[in-house]
Amino acid sequence: MTPTTERPAAATVARPAATLLRIATAGSVDDGKSTLIGRLLYDSKAVMEDQLAAVERTSKERGNDYTDLALVTDGLRSEREQGITIDVAYRYFATPKRKFIIADTPGHIQYTRNMVTGTSTAQLAIVLVDARHGLLEQSRRHAFLASLLGVQHIVLAVNKMDLIDWDQERFEKIRQEFHAFAARLNVHDVTTIPMSALHGDNVVNKSDNAPWYDGSALLSHLEEVYIAGDRNLVDVRFPVQYVIRPQTSKHRDHRSYAGTVASGVLQVGDEVVVLPSGKTSRISAIDSPTGPVSEAFPPMAVSINLADDIDISRGDVIARINNQPRVTTEFDATVCWMADDAALEPGRDYLIKQTTKTTRARVTALDYRLDVNTLHRDKTATALKLNELGRITLRTQAPLMLDEYTRNASTGSFILIDPSTNGTVAAGMVLRDVSARDAAVRASSPNTVKHQSLVTAADRLSHGVTVWFTGLSGSGKSSAAMLAERRLLESGRPAYVLDGDNLRHGLNADLGFSMADRAENLRRLAHVAMLLAECGQVVLVPAISPLAEHRELARRLHEEAGVPFFEVFCDTPLEDCEKRDPKGLYAKARAGEITHFTGIDSPYQRPQNPDLRLTPDRTLDELAEQIIALVAAEQR
Amino acid sequence: MGAATSPLEAGPYELSHLRSLEAEAIHIIREVAAEFERPVLLFSGGKDSIVMLHLALKAFQPARLPFPVMHVDTGHNFDEVIATRDQLVGQTGVRLVVASVQDDIDAGRVVDDGPSRNPLQTVTLLRAIRQNKFDAAFGGARRDEEKARAKERVFSFRDEFGQWDPKAQRPELWNLYNGRHRNGEHIRVFPLSNWTEFDIWSYIGAENITLPAIYYAHRRPVFARDGMLLAVHPFMRPSADEEVFETSVRFRTVGDVTCTGCVQSDAATVDEIIAETAVSRLTERGATRADDRISEAGMEDRKREGYF
Repeated sequence: MTPTTERPAAATVARPAATLLRIATAGSVDDGKSTLIGRLLYDSKAVMEDQLAAVERTSKERGNDYTDLALVTDGLRSEREQGITIDVAYRYFATPKRKFIIADTPGHIQYTRNMVTGTSTAQLAIVLVDARHGLLEQSRRHAFLASLLGVQHIVLAVNKMDLIDWDQERFEKIRQEFHAFAARLNVHDVTTIPMSALHGDNVVNKSDNAPWYDGSALLSHLEEVYIAGDRNLVDVRFPVQYVIRPQTSKHRDHRSYAGTVASGVLQVGDEVVVLPSGKTSRISAIDSPTGPVSEAFPPMAVSINLADDIDISRGDVIARINNQPRVTTEFDATVCWMADDAALEPGRDYLIKQTTKTTRARVTALDYRLDVNTLHRDKTATALKLNELGRITLRTQAPLMLDEYTRNASTGSFILIDPSTNGTVAAGMVLRDVSARDAAVRASSPNTVKHQSLVTAADRLSHGVTVWFTGLSGSGKSSAAMLAERRLLESGRPAYVLDGDNLRHGLNADLGFSMADRAENLRRLAHVAMLLAECGQVVLVPAISPLAEHRELARRLHEEAGVPFFEVFCDTPLEDCEKRDPKGLYAKARAGEITHFTGIDSPYQRPQNPDLRLTPDRTLDELAEQIIALVAAEQR
Repeated sequence: MGAATSPLEAGPYELSHLRSLEAEAIHIIREVAAEFERPVLLFSGGKDSIVMLHLALKAFQPARLPFPVMHVDTGHNFDEVIATRDQLVGQTGVRLVVASVQDDIDAGRVVDDGPSRNPLQTVTLLRAIRQNKFDAAFGGARRDEEKARAKERVFSFRDEFGQWDPKAQRPELWNLYNGRHRNGEHIRVFPLSNWTEFDIWSYIGAENITLPAIYYAHRRPVFARDGMLLAVHPFMRPSADEEVFETSVRFRTVGDVTCTGCVQSDAATVDEIIAETAVSRLTERGATRADDRISEAGMEDRKREGYF
């Protein structure tokens, strides 16, 4: 601290503190992205008179009819000459409610690298489309990359509405098409806004040109969008950045560990473990830029004192004893390759930087290359070139402490550095632990061997079946399953309703509602169902199971065990489910009290070929009969 | 005292934007101290470098600053700036290196054909970096200052000639900065990249940071040149047809006397300056820096050559 500084006088800045929103924009050269940003800056008065004068001068020199606000954001001379934006540029503007940082990235195809870069720090992405052309390949690509980088909020800005006479139908078509696409992505919040950046409609000020649009103008939305819930305050991760040892007579024995809280809330008194050593201690003090504090949360930069004198250095991670990151030298990741002249090839060595740790890493496998336009996985790929994405396996020299990126971007992200050029050649995102992910179809450890039973299914008194009910919350899954269960028991057939919600009170009590946790919840549900069915039960599983891949995993698991599996789709429209709302959850989701709610802010993928489709025009009795008929074939 | 008692607290477990920027800057400064052999903090005595030094001292407390600060001295200084510099050095115990432009003029490495010695600083800066074997140099530049800076990385690579290549910048992702370089190359580091002028003033107010007196409104003789107000000073004389008058002014930036203009203002406190900044319709460099006006690409050219 500079000595001239006393503690801040609170009165100096008495206004309520604004928060920060980091935004990434994406759009092609012609979508009017630069104009949109110019408009945001200009209308929110972040463009100063001297800047505007320069822009007006240039516009006139070019013979434009109007002041080209795009010129506000064109930074480098080479860009001005080419008339396109070529790199990530950062823009700043503020309102009394929020301060905004825009990472302005080009949408042209060869610049995926820049988009990934600009989006890596963003909390919200604005995807621009030209209303005349509708959704193009690149709009989908932008949305996909945003979701890949973990951006939870997307604004689809349907620009140039003035050129289609503010046609509501065409706007709706674009909106619906985009929502259908976004449902396949891990994005929780999509907002679509009709606008004209050139004329300023619905950018800062609400426009009169679209009376049919009852949403907010872009700036109001950016001011209001709720982002505090996006942070991970659960998993305590504190990567040690720097060890502070004053070695002065005044602080002879002082030793503290400086770093930025990656996730979770650290508190004085917490029992902690230091990884990778595994030694435990207790937090005795936390010092922050404002002085000593009792707790620290992301993204605070603090220093920590521990009660015990243990050997800790940069790159170590402090975590809670009962919630630790993976400590591993081998993991899978999605990478975006960013080097101009060298390709990623299996077998090559790089440097990896993850949190505050740098070590050597070898690419041991290239699983597939991902086409960002079609999402197709090309398993025959042998290398990744500039701007290509793929899934790889890495082995590192020293162990890394990491988490899956979708759960923890701070400890799940890394860069690869080419040791011969020192250039940053790849951005990486850690994928779910392979052993956990594939456990459904593969033994988790090569050292465990399955015991062969002395009996076969045919020897058992009854044959088990799993009936998997999928559908929205309130679609009637449980009611149908429970009535079928009673009828089956009455007819002498062992049956059991395995309720996903009930499992969450015990076996799955450690899981939340993120996509990753929901996937794990369903994986366990599928395993338990399979075991019960193997015992001879008719297992009825009501579980929303929104994603086809999870239902497919359950089916595959049963097929491999030789247990019959039926997928039943409770096809009740969302409006009806919401009207029923037996648990009051839709109301809460609409009010924003709960997030990741299927059908509201989380996607549901309709089954393409269910074994049985239940519709609300039948009575509950009829539905139960249909289910019983389905399993009757397996009855003995 | 808990974090919740801070006047800048935004909500439960949420930092205000100013505290977020502070945390980001401290993270960057610590990262450099951990990964580089010989960092240096470039210190002009202006408000940005004073804020940067304030953050650097916070980053390592209660330890001393683990690197020196360096002033590239054109010799054309405002006395108040040098006084503040020396006072800060005395109170904090930081090690000060002065790299003098006069030395390079005397040695014939540059020609003082001024009026401004501002362009000559680049030669002195690069020489001092080379001679001291500095491998990282903190600068107080902000991206909101100027178009070319809007695209510069936080860790900005310089080749062995000190040159910046805007087309070959390393991608910068998350908060994972790549500072690797060969001998003779160095990295310029900009911890205040994401701060705006408004943020700087808000922070100066919140932290009660002392600045050179010329940042606040005071009366002094000035004259107008090229639409700017310039201070009458031993290094800056009006020509015969330039009328000198006395008025209340303050400086928004503090550089070489010969190219730093002032603005008419009665803002004598941080709060008054914040209020004035909020309604100002001119960028601080646009209003007061002659060196940026040379051409639309003025800063880009100077940055490529190795300027701050």
